[in-house]
Amino acid sequence: MNYHVDERGFYGEFGGAFIPEMLHGNIDKLRQEYLQHMEDPSFKKEFDALMKDYVGRPSPLYFAPRLSEKYGAKIYLKREDLNHTGAHKINNTIGQILLAKRLGKKRIIAETGAGQHGVATATVCALMGLRCIVYMGSVDIQRQAPNVARMRMLGAEVRPAESGSKTLKDATNEAIRDWINNPVETHYIIGSVVGPHPYPDMVARFQSVISEEMKWQLQNQEGRDYPDYIMACVGGGSNAAGAIYHYLNDERVKIILTEAAGKGIDTGESAATSILGSKGIIHGSKTLLMQTDDGQIIEPYSISAGLDYPGIGPMHAHLIDTKRAIVQYATDDEAIKAAFELSRIEGIIPALETAHSFASLEKMKFHKDDVVVINLSGRGDKDLATYIEYLNDFSQS
Amino acid sequence: MNRIKSLFQQKNKEVLNIYFTAGHPTKDSIQDIVLQLDSSGADIIELGMPYSDPLADGPTIQDSSQKALANGVTLNYIFEQVSLIREHSQIPIIMMGYYNQMLQFGEKKFLKAAQEAGVDGLIIPDMPMYTYEENYKDLFEKHNITISFLVTPETSKERIVQADRLSSAFLYIVSQSSITGTASKATEAQKSYFNMLQELELKSPSLIGFGIKDYESFHHACQYANGAIIGSAFIKTLESSELPIKETVDQFVKQIIIPA
Ligand SMILES: Cc1ncc(COP(=O)(O)O)c(C=O)c1O
Repeated sequence: MNYHVDERGFYGEFGGAFIPEMLHGNIDKLRQEYLQHMEDPSFKKEFDALMKDYVGRPSPLYFAPRLSEKYGAKIYLKREDLNHTGAHKINNTIGQILLAKRLGKKRIIAETGAGQHGVATATVCALMGLRCIVYMGSVDIQRQAPNVARMRMLGAEVRPAESGSKTLKDATNEAIRDWINNPVETHYIIGSVVGPHPYPDMVARFQSVISEEMKWQLQNQEGRDYPDYIMACVGGGSNAAGAIYHYLNDERVKIILTEAAGKGIDTGESAATSILGSKGIIHGSKTLLMQTDDGQIIEPYSISAGLDYPGIGPMHAHLIDTKRAIVQYATDDEAIKAAFELSRIEGIIPALETAHSFASLEKMKFHKDDVVVINLSGRGDKDLATYIEYLNDFSQS
Repeated sequence: MNRIKSLFQQKNKEVLNIYFTAGHPTKDSIQDIVLQLDSSGADIIELGMPYSDPLADGPTIQDSSQKALANGVTLNYIFEQVSLIREHSQIPIIMMGYYNQMLQFGEKKFLKAAQEAGVDGLIIPDMPMYTYEENYKDLFEKHNITISFLVTPETSKERIVQADRLSSAFLYIVSQSSITGTASKATEAQKSYFNMLQELELKSPSLIGFGIKDYESFHHACQYANGAIIGSAFIKTLESSELPIKETVDQFVKQIIIPA
């Protein structure tokens, strides 16, 4: 079975471009040109050089001995947290800024949830000298203050999204409306494998550097170029898409995606899209999303701003629908616990988003020889204010 | 015959299409507003189906949609109201909303309910033309429901011709590259866009929308098309007026069609 995108921009029945006519010109131009630019040797050269010298790639594939012992498998961590700006998000923004330049765009807009994508976008705009406007839900501006400050320091304008739930979904709506109003000079750097085709495929390709490196790193360290399991958290799904990209059609590799269950799947305060969602359209893409019987999009909840999204990328909707991927759920409390555990036994403080993936370790049944790669999508600096609230619960005195 | 099609057979100038969000300002205002619009001189009603995430809409329609949803408006409720209106009025009624609403309701069920209620047409801005042509065209025709597609200043000639071919009520000419509710600027570029559209000699009647708000902008638009669509300006008036709804609506329509 082929799990990659087809010619019309679909993954099985998911994907496509369900957009108002006002967006058609820009989306269609991107669709026609993205592959051509990405495959151009001079584009690749520039991308690879920035990945190496600016982002700091390759990111290490670290064998985590104490975690491995605890969970009875060979657990490796793909250290995207060590990238410049602290998460995988920069892989995509470097790619898209190079594309924007080739498309002759002068002004960049982006949406952000946790602020990681906003920071990564502000960073590449500073690097290229392009104007940058980041839409961020006003609720997220409150809970991710350090990243708001970083974006401003980098010269970006942070515009609060005040509509709806005032989180990632609404920031995305605002960015799309900005693009409708400014179709000529502006490029929209979307932050995950969501949105109308070609965005999910384009972002997945930029993030695929993660699994490209994983292949040779595993070959060197394990003597085979594939793991038995890849585990990643899913908001929109970009870090997961990058981590599994080169293994999509290799069914020896089991894919474990973790969604944010918030306060619990049945509490009404959750972001577990694949179980609470149904088929529909969000942000121009046919996928799984949380909605009412009347097709109104439901406001999700998660302690983690980067996972607080009512949809999921169409690639993942297809992987889940066809059972190629297995979905796990982690509550706020489980994620916090996992974040403290990783900090205490491996000396790595993960982003709250990433911590959800670590929370799934407890629910897995591994054989001791299984090779497991967890995509450590980001570092936890931005989440310290949240973690501090739990310090007493995890005090070791 | 379909009410929109027969309207354009009788009238091909200064067709006034008024949009409002169903269930705003109050849930039970739909009938009063439509009936008054009809008797005051509007030609077509566009009923907005309130949506949680209206991507193509500006703050006025976003806000009215949120309020209508908070008022408890559902698609079934809108269909009921339309069938009650049909006891008193034969004004053409279009429902405008987002594709997800139709999908979640069930497309066949939606078209059947629309036909039974007495709806004449739909505008679904995020439903691609090819999707309509491949999956729904026959179904729309079977239920005698028309569709109108949008063109913008960024739309290529090829696509304009396609939108014209597939539109069965009228072609919706978006006046400028913007979300709804943005003031229209009568620039040279806009003029040449309107002229270009006229020169294409399209088969469908056309209505210009986005940013039309008063006598002047309505009549300006009417020079280039068979009529125009007013949305956000009407919603703002409904929201801020202190008069009873019927008087508010009557004054609004009169001030659009009668010179000051
Ligand atoms: C560190 C980190 N991981 C994961 C995510 C979730 O996004 P995605 O599912 O696209 O990887 C975010 C989003 O902000 C993030 O900052």
